[in-house]
Amino acid sequence: MTAAGVRLEITDLGKRFGSRMVLGGVNLKVEAGEFVAVIGRSGCGKSTLLRLVAGLEQPTMGRIYLDGRLSRGLDPTVKVMFQDERLLMWKRVLDNVALGLGGKDRERAQRVLAQVGLAERAGDWPRMLSGGQRQRVALARALVNQPRLLLLDEPLGALDALTRLEMQRLIEQLWQVNGFTALLVTHDVQEAVALCDRVVLIEQGRPSLDMPVNLPRPRVRSSPHFAALVGEILERVMSGTEAPLKSGRTVPASGRETT
Amino acid sequence: MAWLVPVALLVLWQWTAQSGFLASRILPAPLAVIEAAFDLARKGELLQHIGVSFARAVCGFLVGGGIAFALGLLNGVSRTSETLLDTTVQMIRNIPHLALIPLVILWFGIGEEAKVFLVALGVFFPIYINTYHGMRTVDPGVIEMGRVYGLGPAALFWQILLPGALPSILIGVRFALGVMWLTLIVAETIASDAGIGYMAMNAREFMQTDVVVFSVLLYALLGKLADATARLAERRWLQWHPNYAHGREGA
Ligand SMILES: Nc1ncnc2c1ncn2[C@@H]1O[C@H](COP(=O)(O)OP(=O)(O)OP(=O)(O)O)[C@@H](O)[C@H]1O
Ligand SMILES: [Mg+2]
Repeated sequence: MTAAGVRLEITDLGKRFGSRMVLGGVNLKVEAGEFVAVIGRSGCGKSTLLRLVAGLEQPTMGRIYLDGRLSRGLDPTVKVMFQDERLLMWKRVLDNVALGLGGKDRERAQRVLAQVGLAERAGDWPRMLSGGQRQRVALARALVNQPRLLLLDEPLGALDALTRLEMQRLIEQLWQVNGFTALLVTHDVQEAVALCDRVVLIEQGRPSLDMPVNLPRPRVRSSPHFAALVGEILERVMSGTEAPLKSGRTVPASGRETT
Repeated sequence: MAWLVPVALLVLWQWTAQSGFLASRILPAPLAVIEAAFDLARKGELLQHIGVSFARAVCGFLVGGGIAFALGLLNGVSRTSETLLDTTVQMIRNIPHLALIPLVILWFGIGEEAKVFLVALGVFFPIYINTYHGMRTVDPGVIEMGRVYGLGPAALFWQILLPGALPSILIGVRFALGVMWLTLIVAETIASDAGIGYMAMNAREFMQTDVVVFSVLLYALLGKLADATARLAERRWLQWHPNYAHGREGA
């Protein structure tokens, strides 16, 4: 394949929605072909960060560089996988995969569909697939475009535990084969540690932890190293959330309104 | 079993009419109605009247529906056009189009234009509203996805907006077909020199109740036919839609 990963560099990135500053002073470097996880509490701005990198939102400040080139808006080498699979219900599975290929490359679409294990479902309507299968179609649709940067916004959040594990393995394999750079937003610290080279925690609008994961692949979840790392990260995440939670409990509701 | 009651009613109707219990001027026997139908068909009048009514319906539907569809699409994709035109259209919608009949007769007389105009007007609103609404309610997430995958404005329209709006559009079409017949019946009955409504009014003058009853049944039949056509279109174009899927295919 011609597509190798892109080097992503984010400098001083900030995003404001109305008067709310969601992200501020985000600096992040992702090497070509690296797999980085972004974790953080709900509402901390993970999706916003991903949408900025995708070019779906305009930054309030700061810059995003792809291979050293300033990114402005949508980029054909960047593809996104959303939490909801966003298939076109009125197109058959193969046509969904081939979306944006311009009609000719149906053979390639069929090949990638086979890679995600859905070769024989090519002619079906999306409504006939299970949630996990739909997510695999969405993955095939992203990969068939040979992205150099794949952005994944909790793509497995709605799946059951077993399907999740299967999909994680599939994503890891396809990443190893294709060599794209990947940025994965997830709630699941285990998932982050299982898949990624680095785990970045976002707190108060910026990365507050950047933890390398130096475990050999494929990663064994039952290994003590794995468990220790997950534990360490979880503790770090929780320590960030404890302070506001505690004050929230001790201060009576009426008292909070007056302050 | 579902047919038991209608058949029984039909038999009862035939029997009361035949025995003279029900005056044929009030309601002729079913067999008499069928006989009248054959009579009309033999004289060649029937086909001519149906043809005239049918042409009016189709013409009005195409004109009114076509303009409504185009305007719905336009207001669905363009914010400027929406702010300019939508409120106006919604305001005109409040006028019942049948109330315009006297005015329309003043404008066009009782010729074809009057009927086509009324049908077009009646058909306009259901199609406009549903096309516009369908376009506006296409999942923005899917549109965003289309942009990420490099679809230009034309591809976005043909591959995402239009098919996404299609279920709503077809609901509008089905509704419009109902309005189409209703408008035509009223317009033809009030002022006409040909068509099914004229046939009925003419028969009334000669006390041919059987022809009048047959005309009513004819309208019902044509209405049913229009509805079946709309259903067929839904089956064909909305195969992908969970609500229109019949049975489970594949596995
Ligand atoms: N289009 C928008 N307009 C206004 N506010 C927005 C918009 N998008 C996001 N926000 C706000 O920005 C903040 C961060 O949102 P974001 O979706 O990035 O969170 P997240 O970290 O992805 O959360 P989750 O884990 O729940 O998905 C939230 O407070 C949200 O309300
Ligand atoms: Mg999110």
